[in-house]
Amino acid sequence: MQLYLPIAEVSVNIFLILGLGGLVGVLSGMFGVGGGFLITPLLFFAGIPPAVAVATSPNQIVASSFSALLGHLRRRTVDITMGSVLLVGGLAGSALGMVVFNWLRARGQVDLLVELSYVIFLGTVGAMMFVESVNALVKSRRPGARPKRRRHNWVHALPLKMKFRVSGLYISMIPPLLVGLAVGVLAAIMGVGGGFVMVPAMIYLLGMPTKVVIGTSLFQIIFVTAFTTMLHAITNQTVDIALALLLIAGGVVGAQLGSRIGARMRAEQLRILLALLVLAVCGQLALGLVLRPAELYEIELVDAA
Amino acid sequence: MIRLVLLLVALALPAAQPARAEEIVLGLSRDEVAITATFDGSEILIFGAVRREAPPPPNAAPLQVIVTVSGPLAPAMVRRKERRAGIWTNTEAFEVDAAPSFYAVATTAPLAQVLTATEDLRHAVSIPRAIRAVGNRIAGAGDYVSALVRIREDADVYRLQEGAVDLEEETLFRTSLALPANLVEGNYTTRIFLTREGAVVDSYETVIGVQKVGIERWLYNFAQERAALYGLMSLALAIMAGWAASAAFAGWRR
Repeated sequence: MQLYLPIAEVSVNIFLILGLGGLVGVLSGMFGVGGGFLITPLLFFAGIPPAVAVATSPNQIVASSFSALLGHLRRRTVDITMGSVLLVGGLAGSALGMVVFNWLRARGQVDLLVELSYVIFLGTVGAMMFVESVNALVKSRRPGARPKRRRHNWVHALPLKMKFRVSGLYISMIPPLLVGLAVGVLAAIMGVGGGFVMVPAMIYLLGMPTKVVIGTSLFQIIFVTAFTTMLHAITNQTVDIALALLLIAGGVVGAQLGSRIGARMRAEQLRILLALLVLAVCGQLALGLVLRPAELYEIELVDAA
Repeated sequence: MIRLVLLLVALALPAAQPARAEEIVLGLSRDEVAITATFDGSEILIFGAVRREAPPPPNAAPLQVIVTVSGPLAPAMVRRKERRAGIWTNTEAFEVDAAPSFYAVATTAPLAQVLTATEDLRHAVSIPRAIRAVGNRIAGAGDYVSALVRIREDADVYRLQEGAVDLEEETLFRTSLALPANLVEGNYTTRIFLTREGAVVDSYETVIGVQKVGIERWLYNFAQERAALYGLMSLALAIMAGWAASAAFAGWRR
């Protein structure tokens, strides 16, 4: 069954788009990542023009994240206090990131920079998570192993301490603000919600429990992607609501399934899977940079403004 | 070469009737294409007849017909990748000022037999000529223009369909053209050429309008004219859908 998309100006197979939305929704619900780093390349592959794909996927992420967030709220695995602090840093970061992005674009080569930062960040984050979670899994299998006590590091010595009850933390609000800021900058430059950087940062830098991290990340992602959607709708008019609705229909169902699967799995297993996924995307991008492309030329449509 | 053609024309003229001995009378199965929500490509039948005052001279070369359809023109940036420090990256780029989004040429016989290079140059019929004719600065950019043509030919939006026009009794011609599903709105210029011995005898030009209708039109205008409201509507729909799915699943689980 085909549908002609009014803004993208292409005709697509309805079931293909529903399936893509569903797939990303499952990942979103399981891991608390928005899935922006997956859905955008998948849409390119389905023949959607890049400008429309980049602008429409945040709208879909709003829906699937909201659906998954409600599931987490019901199970009380969202730290709204922490989420708000991260969000304040995040919004400031995306404004800053937008400035950096425009500065880079004026110099050309922004594509390469985006791809390189993807490879570097995905590679580092994925490898770190993979090693750590495999270690944790091996340790927990060994009989008689005691759970490790939470370490006290420099994070706990900073002023402006706040109580984050759901996470069971009493730390300064400076590290979460900085994490939010850094993720906001990355999100604006790379055009994604930033969940895949946010989730490991919350686990390893802030020491939050994995179960709480996912809901909290979703909470923050909703606001960042809503902001991005509005920005694209107003400046470029490239948000395709028909495409978004198809992705959403698949995505919300997928997100519900994903958050159920996630709730039944052990935290270490969840982290290993996310690490593998992140590494796979990283490998794919790295190959694209190193291998000789089949077509050396590419066409990019220019606005006739 | 030009002189030779002029000579041929000069020789042919007295033999035929003065000016436009053969004229095109055109019909289109439809002169408007409406893009609806379920649009999945469209077939257009282009047909017509050749009207002549007198029968063609018995020793004249066979009449040939060329039909071209060109989509709206838009600028396109063509980028080239090169290996720098082990990484394939965009190096140089060239902006083609006006390339048609769609271009099809259908003929009664191989284009090289139907049209001489000079006439092609004058009327910009073949794909490479049509791209180069639309006021493009292309000095030193031949590679980029051929890359543009190659990529769009692979995507099947630039087509050369030799032998796709049926001509009967040198009078009635018809061809059907499949417009792709990823059609862009705008005016599609349709040209028909009659040729003898590679020279154009008559030409005719008309326009097929392609337009979104119904909800497609409405959504497009909404996104363009009330951008902020459209953005808010997209967000509201997303939140509602997210909530609805969550509620539905909560009920199903109980």
